[in-house]
Parts: sequence; structure tokens; C-alpha cells
Amino acid sequence: MTTMERPVLPKLIGARVKRREDPRLIRGRATYVDDIKLPGMLHLAFKRSDVAHGRIKRIDTSAAEAMPGVVAVFTGKDLMALPGATRPVGARGTYAAKIGAGLPPMPIGTPFPSPDHYAIAPEVVRYVGEPVAVVAAEDRYVARDAVDAIVVEYEELPAVVDPELAMQGQPTVIHEGFPNNLALPYVPMGTGVDPATGQVDNSAIDRAFAEAEVVISQRMVNHRVAPNAMEPRGVVAHWDAGKEFLTIWSATQNPHILKSMVAAVLGLGEHQVRAIAPEVGGGFGCKINIYGEEYVAAALSRILERPVKWIEDRSEAFMATIHGRDLICYLDIAARRDGRILGVKMKLIADIGAYNMLLTAAIPTLTMLMASGTYDIPAIRCELTEVFTNKTPTDAYRGAGRPEATYFLERGMDMLARELGLDPAEVRRRNFIPKEKFPYTTQTGAVYDSGDYEKALDRVLQLAKWDELIAERDRLRAEGRLVGVGLAFYVEVCGLGPSSSLPTGGWEHASVTVERDGRIRATTGASPHGQGNETTFAQMLADLFGVPIEHITIEHGDTGVVRQGIGTFGSRSQAVGGTALMMAGEKVRKKMAKFAAALMDANEEDLVFENGMIYVKGSPSTGKSFAEVARYAYVPVPLPPGLEPGLSEEAFFEPPNNTYPFGAHICMLEIDRETGEPRLLKFFAVDDCGNVINPLIVEGQVHGGLAQGIGQAMFEEVVYGPDGQLLTGSFMDYALPRATDFPWFELDRTVTPTPVNPLGAKGVGEAGTLGSTPAVVNAAVDALSEFGVKHIDMPLRPEKLWRIIHGRGQA
Amino acid sequence: MIPTKFAYRRAASIDEAIRLLQESGGEAKLLAGGHSLIPLMKLRLSEPALLIDIGRIPDLRGIRERDGLIEIGATTTHHELATSELLRRLAPVVSEAAAEIGDPQVRHRGTIGGSLAHADPAADLPAVMVAIDAEIHLKGPNGWRTVPAESFFQDLFTVDMQPDEVLAAVKFRPVWHAAYAKLHQRASHYAIVGVCAALAIENGTIRSARVAVTGASTHAQRLPNVEERLVGRQPTQAVIDEAASVAGDTLEDVNSDIHASEEYRRAMVKVFTRRALERAVARA
Repeated sequence: MTTMERPVLPKLIGARVKRREDPRLIRGRATYVDDIKLPGMLHLAFKRSDVAHGRIKRIDTSAAEAMPGVVAVFTGKDLMALPGATRPVGARGTYAAKIGAGLPPMPIGTPFPSPDHYAIAPEVVRYVGEPVAVVAAEDRYVARDAVDAIVVEYEELPAVVDPELAMQGQPTVIHEGFPNNLALPYVPMGTGVDPATGQVDNSAIDRAFAEAEVVISQRMVNHRVAPNAMEPRGVVAHWDAGKEFLTIWSATQNPHILKSMVAAVLGLGEHQVRAIAPEVGGGFGCKINIYGEEYVAAALSRILERPVKWIEDRSEAFMATIHGRDLICYLDIAARRDGRILGVKMKLIADIGAYNMLLTAAIPTLTMLMASGTYDIPAIRCELTEVFTNKTPTDAYRGAGRPEATYFLERGMDMLARELGLDPAEVRRRNFIPKEKFPYTTQTGAVYDSGDYEKALDRVLQLAKWDELIAERDRLRAEGRLVGVGLAFYVEVCGLGPSSSLPTGGWEHASVTVERDGRIRATTGASPHGQGNETTFAQMLADLFGVPIEHITIEHGDTGVVRQGIGTFGSRSQAVGGTALMMAGEKVRKKMAKFAAALMDANEEDLVFENGMIYVKGSPSTGKSFAEVARYAYVPVPLPPGLEPGLSEEAFFEPPNNTYPFGAHICMLEIDRETGEPRLLKFFAVDDCGNVINPLIVEGQVHGGLAQGIGQAMFEEVVYGPDGQLLTGSFMDYALPRATDFPWFELDRTVTPTPVNPLGAKGVGEAGTLGSTPAVVNAAVDALSEFGVKHIDMPLRPEKLWRIIHGRGQA
Repeated sequence: MIPTKFAYRRAASIDEAIRLLQESGGEAKLLAGGHSLIPLMKLRLSEPALLIDIGRIPDLRGIRERDGLIEIGATTTHHELATSELLRRLAPVVSEAAAEIGDPQVRHRGTIGGSLAHADPAADLPAVMVAIDAEIHLKGPNGWRTVPAESFFQDLFTVDMQPDEVLAAVKFRPVWHAAYAKLHQRASHYAIVGVCAALAIENGTIRSARVAVTGASTHAQRLPNVEERLVGRQPTQAVIDEAASVAGDTLEDVNSDIHASEEYRRAMVKVFTRRALERAVARA
């Protein structure tokens, strides 16, 4: 073969490569769950409770069942095969034989005691939106009409709405066996708490507060928000009765977990289930949970022997998809007058809604884990109580427990600075964990991998021109304007694993195949739904193999293609999944080098993979093309001794620890004195997520995180009435931020690699939500400082601020 | 978010739309931009048996000046109002108010006739039409009928319109010293409070004043006690402040919801009345 002129391929790791996913997404050429249409497919619609708490006295499904096009209607009792079922067990042939005793209660992923939670409520409904029946019909319109024809009579029970009253059993108890509505009565964490025995020794934390020269105390609420992924949930289930095999498509963040759980609930083996997450339009944590609708769809496909589809509409999403946050904190900070913190207490009350979902109970424990923030705090005591209320259950929402910790602590740091008359940057600096102390074990047991907090603080102060910003604020104030500046620092726990911290396992899996023509097909157990891993992972393999990125496909989201996996959450894809991918890639590269060495009669250690060639270092003209070596590996004549044919390898990566990215956000905000309307004027963010594969994608992740963090601080709030009715059930009342609500985001980075994975990457998916929320509220409190206000609970509704300005008290 | 079953007819003329309305026996709804009606249907709060699409009737769309009056066809979109050179020149308040409606998607679909006929208590244009003393032109089986905007809006979602009438156009005289000031509800971008002030200023004296509010109560309505304090006086800051200070005091049934209490709304009526008056006066 003659040597040809080959283009020089740029190194892609660290380059601003445009997302390869976007052209198909922007042009409507992507396939979401609702785009999947199977022959004979039925459509499901759920009848949902319109009372917050009630006992089902009667369900009449007869009118619905009589409607043309309706195939079947099932109540909770029907699916559980319970006495009192309106549809007898055994209807449609062999129902009982197919799913035995019916659908069991839904499993959860946390080890705490939990009340039975059925996919369709059989007797008692506990939140507005809880399913009470499901219709299967020939089309979606008929299914929806049939829902209206189902008549349900409830004996209404008192609605439990206020978590602090709920804890006293008021006005009633929601679940038998959980007195005073305590899902988790008391979990302590921190100094003096023996995690093995739960024994508590108060001496150190009491001493910290006894020695304190100043104590800050504040009750704060990190309120409930709705995740609002652009694509609502959806599922298609297809039971192939001939093969006894279930294929389930779902808008999920973790198809492998879905596969395991659907198999377990339906009494199938995992070899009988294939789960596919096609294109997924955002998750933000709400698509980690495996929902009742997924189990019901799978069960109905099996019972009816037809494919079934259910697509959530936006009204359902507001009440039937998990909510996030909803945590009350009683914060106490003990400090010296020089600003040095001696101790922190956080008494946490989590309003988890009506049931435990997959990770519900664990989310607030992450708040306790991160209670030390970026500070070297010698004594910390957290106490957590989780409470049932008649609301939509909570679970993971972007940041999941860590934004709450950051919010409480960073509000407290600002209150401390204000109390002591110190610069808010200075009081933080005096308490930072110094960079020499890493790895650093906090009093709540987190082992921070690496950090250089002073560097990030200095960078953000420089970016925001802190002194000039303060001067500008003061100048505007002198004109009578209400302007404030807010700073917040954060540390995040990302790269979830290891397996000791996740009941699913904390590893990730990848496979890499070099095909016969030298093109590369890789799979990842991460299941991106907006994170851009098809781009970043291909960048890594392009550099590893020295081939064009166009020659690489990253496959994901299909348990039939991706042998094993955990999924995408907890900002883990790059740190855990990316490492697994590199490990698999390196195995293939090593094997390919052996084939190349045999072909070229060279030493494999001397070979370089570059510009589509494999050659001996220093003499590119003598090399072989990447494709030629690939062909040889698949038709190995002669087969080099000790080698099997082919170029396909897999790897599992189990990280030794989480990663702990960090950063600092600053904003300037103005409040209209007459109306109380807040407006963001400036926003600066410095984020340190370790080594960066693609700065464009990192910045995009930060932008999205900022939008949601600022959104929570300023606009978003799930509101329930005293009767447990959802008052923010549409975008007419639930305010998502819009692009016009934001100033230009000024971003910068510091780079502190993690030692826990070879990439040095920490994760950035959730980071933006952590610093932004307290930064905005800190700025609002600063803006209203002339009114003597110390704290404002989010969101910054204009009327709330107007009441402070005009001394009108609470509404 | 799936409506009940309905039939759809596209009307080629106003008269055809009237005929279809008559035939439907009150079960039909007119469809223009659909930005109020379709969401209500998707939530099953409205379940018409027939939709009569008037969106492609040529006579119903457009902005023109005729015999000293500005005439706006009912299916003219908010975007067209917001970007109309004619309105910017002769009645800029209409353009400015339209530009504050919803978001770009809403402004490109939603129509002036739809907004007025639907009469959402927090819609922007009703207050503007009342303040600038627009005439609402309706056509029914017995021909044309004209209603002043002020008496057109009667109550919550209730207007002076028969089930077989079509809102065809609005007409008003050019108005210069007029302005609309609005407190946005951050989710829907409807008005928590919106105030439109329209003044006639001659030789440094306010000859006439019409001030109307939306969002505060059941429907758009005038604030007579504000107007009284303006007419015959010079448009000074002191006069504006005094007039604005009584704004809303005559209002009954003031709204209260999760976005704003009655107390806050009442305070905002004063703030936005003052802002609207200041801008109306300041227009050079």
C-alpha cells in the first residue's frame, strides 16, 4: 500500500466540540417514547384521585368499559388480585396464571421501613393525582374519555399538609404503622454519633456552643419544586407471549435499573426483559424513580397480550411525577467573633409527601452528609426527621440533598458575616478547609477528595471585580435603589458510587468494539438524556485511537445493546462511565497494538495511534492504516500466537470514592421599591469540576444548573392549599424562569483534578443549582438590609418583598 | 391535556360563521388564535361540540385608518399590533400593550378579538380598549351592532355578546397621550395589575381622562375617581400623584390568589396607575 497524505487530526479532549446530538434533536429527527408505534398497540389513561386523602368507597367502571374502543379497565384491587376486585381474577383468560397473585407493592431502593405503596391505590388515596384505575383503549382519545366515565366515591379524610403538624399526628395519621406520620423518626449524623450503633455523645457539640462568642439561629425552608423535564414521562410495553419476553421503552435515566425492577415486580427473570431509554428529553432526577405507570404498562401488556403505551401529559406531570426538595432546617452556628466557626447544628424536617419512592428517604441524608460545606468545622450535629404528608412524593431533583445543605449553610455564613460586620468573602475564607488538608474527612463522614477553595474564591472575586461591584452597589443605593450583592460557595458530591453507597451498585460499564473497517462502536451504561455523552465519550475515544470523531458511535440506553449499566444521575457519567469507557478502550487499543506489531514486525510498546495510522514512534511513513490493522484482527492470517481474533472489550469501573467538585457564585440583584419585583443584574460563576473533556458542554451544564437554581430562588414553587389540593398544577401558575429573566452568565473555571479516577474529572451536571440559589437569596437579603431583614424564605415573590419594604407583615 | 370530541368547520365569511353559530344551538365556539380556547378545551373546562374557525376570513384581519378612525380586524394577532407602524404612529399604547402579552409564541397566535371576547379578568387589551374608548363592532343575524368597550366587559368572562354574534373589529380615534403599565404574573405573564391611562391634553391642561384597570377585579373597568382628579388640571407630578393615590378605592371584588393578595393588588393599582399616567403625560 502506498503512503498517502493524511490529514492531521486535532486532539479533542479539552476542545469545544459541538454536541453531535443536537442536529437530530433540533430538527425533530430524534425518536422519543411517544414516537414509538407498534402494531396493535393499546393506549392507557389513568383515573387519578382528585382528593388529597380519602378512602375509596366505590368505583364504578361499567360506563367506561361499555364505551366503544375500550378494551379493559382495571382498579387497584383488580391488579392486586384482591377480594372486591371489579374485574374478577382470571378475566381475559389466564390473568392469575400470568402474574400470580397480582402486582405486589412497589419496591424502593432505601433500607428504611416503608408503608406498602401500590401502583394503583386499592383502598386509600393519599395525594391528588394518585392513580385509582387504568383504562386500556384502542386510541388515546377514547382512553381519556373513558377516564371521565369512571365514577369514584371517596370518604374524604383530613388532609395532612403542614409537616410540622403532621409530626404531631395532626390532623390525622396517613399510614398505619407510622405513628405521627414519621417515615423516619430520627436519624442523627455528625460529631459524637456512632454510625454503627446510633449512639449519640453530645459533649463536643455542646462544648462548641458553650464556647461560642456568637450564635446564629434561623429556621429556613428549602421549598418544594417540580422538576418539569421538557419531555414528560412515557412508557411503551410489549410482552411477546410467544417468546415470553418483555420489551419496555421508557423515558428513564436508568434502563438497567428499570429492567431489574420490572422483572422483579412481574415475577420474570432479568433474561426476559429488555429496557430501552430512547431519546429522553431531560430528567433532572425525576426519571430515576421507577414509577407505577411503568409496572402497570408491563403488567397490562402481559395480561392483554397487546403492546400498550402511556404518555404522561403536563397536567399529570405536575402531580404524578416526583417533586424535589421540601426541607425545613433549624440552623444554629456557633462561632468566635473573628468569624471562625466552632460548631454547626442542623435539625432537618423533610416533607416527603405520601410515599417513599426509589430514593426518597436517602435524599435528605445527603443534606446531612454535606453539612460541612467547604469549611473546616470541628463539630457538626445533624438530625433528620422525614414526614409523610398528603402531597406528591419527593425524590431526587437536580442536586438532590446537596443544594439544600449548601443553601442552609451559605445563608448561615452570610448571617454570620452580617452579625460580625465582616466581608462575606472573608468570613468564608477564614473557615475554608486548607488545600493541604485533602483528602479531608468531614464531621459527617464525607471524604473530600481534593480541593483548592481559596483559588476558586479568588477567581470569582476577580471575575466579578468584587470591590468595584460593592462600590457600584453602594452608588446605586445612594440613588435610592434597592440593590444587593450575594456570594455563595459550594461543594458537591458527584461521581456516585462506590457500590457501598448505592444499593444498585456504584460502578459503571462500557464496551468498545473496533469494527472490521476500523470504525468504532462503543456502549456505555450511562444513559444520557441531555448530558452530551455521545460527544464527550467520542472525543475521548478519538484521541485514544487517533481516529476522526465521525468514525465513532456511542450507544446507550438499551439493555439489549448495553450489556450492563447503572445509569445517569448524581453527576456520575463522566467520572464513572467515562472512566469505564477509557478502560475498555485501552484494552482494545492494547490488543490492536499486538496485531499491528505482528503486521509490521515491530515492538507493540513503540507504536503510536495517530491521524488514522498506527506506526512506530518517529516514523509515521512506515505505518499501517488503522482500518488495515482492524481488518487483519478479524481475518488474522496468520493469527499471532497468544491472541484471539477480534477487537472488542468491556470494562467495569468501581470508583474508590465520590468526587467533590466545588465553586463560587456571585450575583447582583435589584428589587423594585414600589412593587417588590426582583431583577437579576449580574451573575458570575466559577466552577471547578476537575479536568474538562469539553468546555462547551461543561458551560452548558452550568447554564442549565444556574437556570434551575435561580428559578428556585426567584420563581418556582409547588403550592398546596390547606385541603391538599395542588394550586400550581400548570405553567399558568408554576413559574419556570425564561431566558429573559437572566442576565449574561459570566463563567470561569479553576481545575483541581480528582485522584479517584484516572481522568481527573469530577462531574458538573448538578453544580449550577448549588451555589446559585443561596447567592440569589443572599443578594436579596443584602438588598433589603436597610429594613433590618435577616432572612427571607424563597421564592422571592414580589409581594413577599413588598411586605418587607413597606412593613406590611405577613400576608 | 386531551379535549373531548368536537367537530371543526372553517368559515369562509362572517355570515357563514354566524349561520354555523345559529345552527349549532349554542354548542359551538369561534376559533381564532386558539390561545385561550384550546387550553380550556385541553383541560376539559370547555367542551364545545363544534369549533368554527374564523382565522382565515380575509375581512377580519388587518389594521387600517378610515374616516379618522383606526380599525383593527378581530383576527389581527398581538404580534401584528405590537409591530404595526400605523399604530406606533397613531395609537402607540395599543402596540406597547400588545408587546407585553404572554411570550412570542402567544403573540404570534393570539388575536385581539379572541382576547376581548374571552374577557379573561387579567387580560391586557380589555383595559386598553376601555381607556381609549374603543367601539366593539359585532355582527349577528340581524346585522351590525356597536358596543362601547366600557359596557362590553360586564363580568368575569362575560361580555355583551349574543351566542350567534361574531366580534368583527374594534374602532377608535387616534390617541397619543396614553400608556399601559403592567405588573406581570411571572408564570402566565397575564397582568396581576394592568392600568391604561388615556388623556387628552390641550394647552397644558388635561381636557379628558380615561383610566382603566385589568387584573384587579372581575373585568376591565374605569377608575372614575382617578379621572375626576385629572380633568381640567395641569398634568403635573403632584396632580398625577394625587389622582393615583385614590386609584382602586372604588373597586369591589378585588382578586386574591397565590400570586397576589387583595391588599397587594390594591397597592399595585395605585403604583401602576401612577406609572401609566406618568408615561402618558411624558409621551412627547
